[in-house]
Amino acid sequence: MAVKMRDYSLTGPENKLAQEKGLATADWYISPIPRQRLKELMKRKDGPAIRDTIIMFAWLIGTGMLAYYAWGTWWAIPAFAIYGISYASMADSRWHECGHGTAFKTPWMNDVLYQIASFMDLRPPTPWRWSHARHHTDTYIVGRDPEIAMTRPPVWRIIFGEIIHIYGGTRDLKSVITHCFGRLTAAEKDYVPVSEFRKAVWISRIWALILLGFITWSILIGSILPLMFVGLPTFYGPILLLLVGLAQHLGLREDVLDHRLNTRTIYINPFFRFLYWNMNYHIEHHMFPMVPYHALPALHEELKFDYPAPSPSLWAALKEVIAALMKQKNDPSYVVDRPLPATANPYYYGA
Amino acid sequence: MQELLQWVEACEADAIDEEDVIRFDHGDRTFAIYRTAKGSYYATDGYCTHEKFHLSEGLVMGTIIECPKHNGRFDYTTGAAKRTPVCVDLRTYPVKLEHNKVFIQI
Repeated sequence: MAVKMRDYSLTGPENKLAQEKGLATADWYISPIPRQRLKELMKRKDGPAIRDTIIMFAWLIGTGMLAYYAWGTWWAIPAFAIYGISYASMADSRWHECGHGTAFKTPWMNDVLYQIASFMDLRPPTPWRWSHARHHTDTYIVGRDPEIAMTRPPVWRIIFGEIIHIYGGTRDLKSVITHCFGRLTAAEKDYVPVSEFRKAVWISRIWALILLGFITWSILIGSILPLMFVGLPTFYGPILLLLVGLAQHLGLREDVLDHRLNTRTIYINPFFRFLYWNMNYHIEHHMFPMVPYHALPALHEELKFDYPAPSPSLWAALKEVIAALMKQKNDPSYVVDRPLPATANPYYYGA
Repeated sequence: MQELLQWVEACEADAIDEEDVIRFDHGDRTFAIYRTAKGSYYATDGYCTHEKFHLSEGLVMGTIIECPKHNGRFDYTTGAAKRTPVCVDLRTYPVKLEHNKVFIQI
């Protein structure tokens, strides 16, 4: 017998159902932390993000030059792999942190890097800003959260397709094209306020011009080399971003009001943490989105007493996710429940 | 019909740290009371205009309050919305200080 899948769209019946159950825009569990300590951790700084942004662009220029000079040889494959994975991963994390407005203390710096990073990952900045706001309001509430990475039961074709970002990338490009015609998609209309439509439309039109410029350049010189640096990295370099993205929430619960139940904190190596801007501390980020990326390790130390043990590595997290997804193929209700330490408050399942 | 306004005692003046905010509930209404680094006091509605999250859990930076859930920002001295996802201004209330107590007019 085929396993029935819930309707994960924002325009289907689950949206209304979630609202009726009190799961939409609900009060979530928050771990206790002294206000004074939280204020210290929330404090904004420009220094760390300026340093990291300089390193990011220096790294991309360096690896980009290696890839350029390797073009036409077999060395181009590892060179572009390093460039593309760095490009897509750093663009994603900078998009995310600047979207929250927490990377820099100075607001315009957040806005500028947000726009650049959004373009690098071909992620329309206005709808995605609102989509992510909804993801924080209704994290993994079916019918409400537009950023649920995978349904239950999972569709493996989509997960494997995302190695080259074929589904997400195509969706975003379709969205850009739709905006160019002065419209937003039906799902976007559910979470983007009307007052923001015009901005979304004009940014997409500017993007279309830039991308057409790169496509024309590639045609004129008879080589895809220009597009290997801008446009295509989001399709050939998303593997790390995909893996950490899958590990954030999958295999855990849906429709609960406690981020400890639906989100995973993972220990990863310092290089990945730099690329990912500490988003491996994901429970901490969801529970306290005002805390900037550079303070998340300290927040993690503060809240250990109330959180399930972190996954010891990305590999360990992925093994847990893949095992859970395989079980969910036949039993969509299967979830991983992690024990809490004796010092923790009990889980809050919500409505 | 003209609304009848009254001064209501909200808290002791030193109940709020400098450059911070606290929650004040009165009847079925809720407010956020702010103290600037220079010792001035302000009051606004308690909930963010974007979604129902209380601003007293947020971060005060100068005259800006940042919502704890989505990082939307308001100038709490005027109520003006300053950063998306906030699009609608926040209602503000007159504040006075008497005998080391903060009163708001509601």
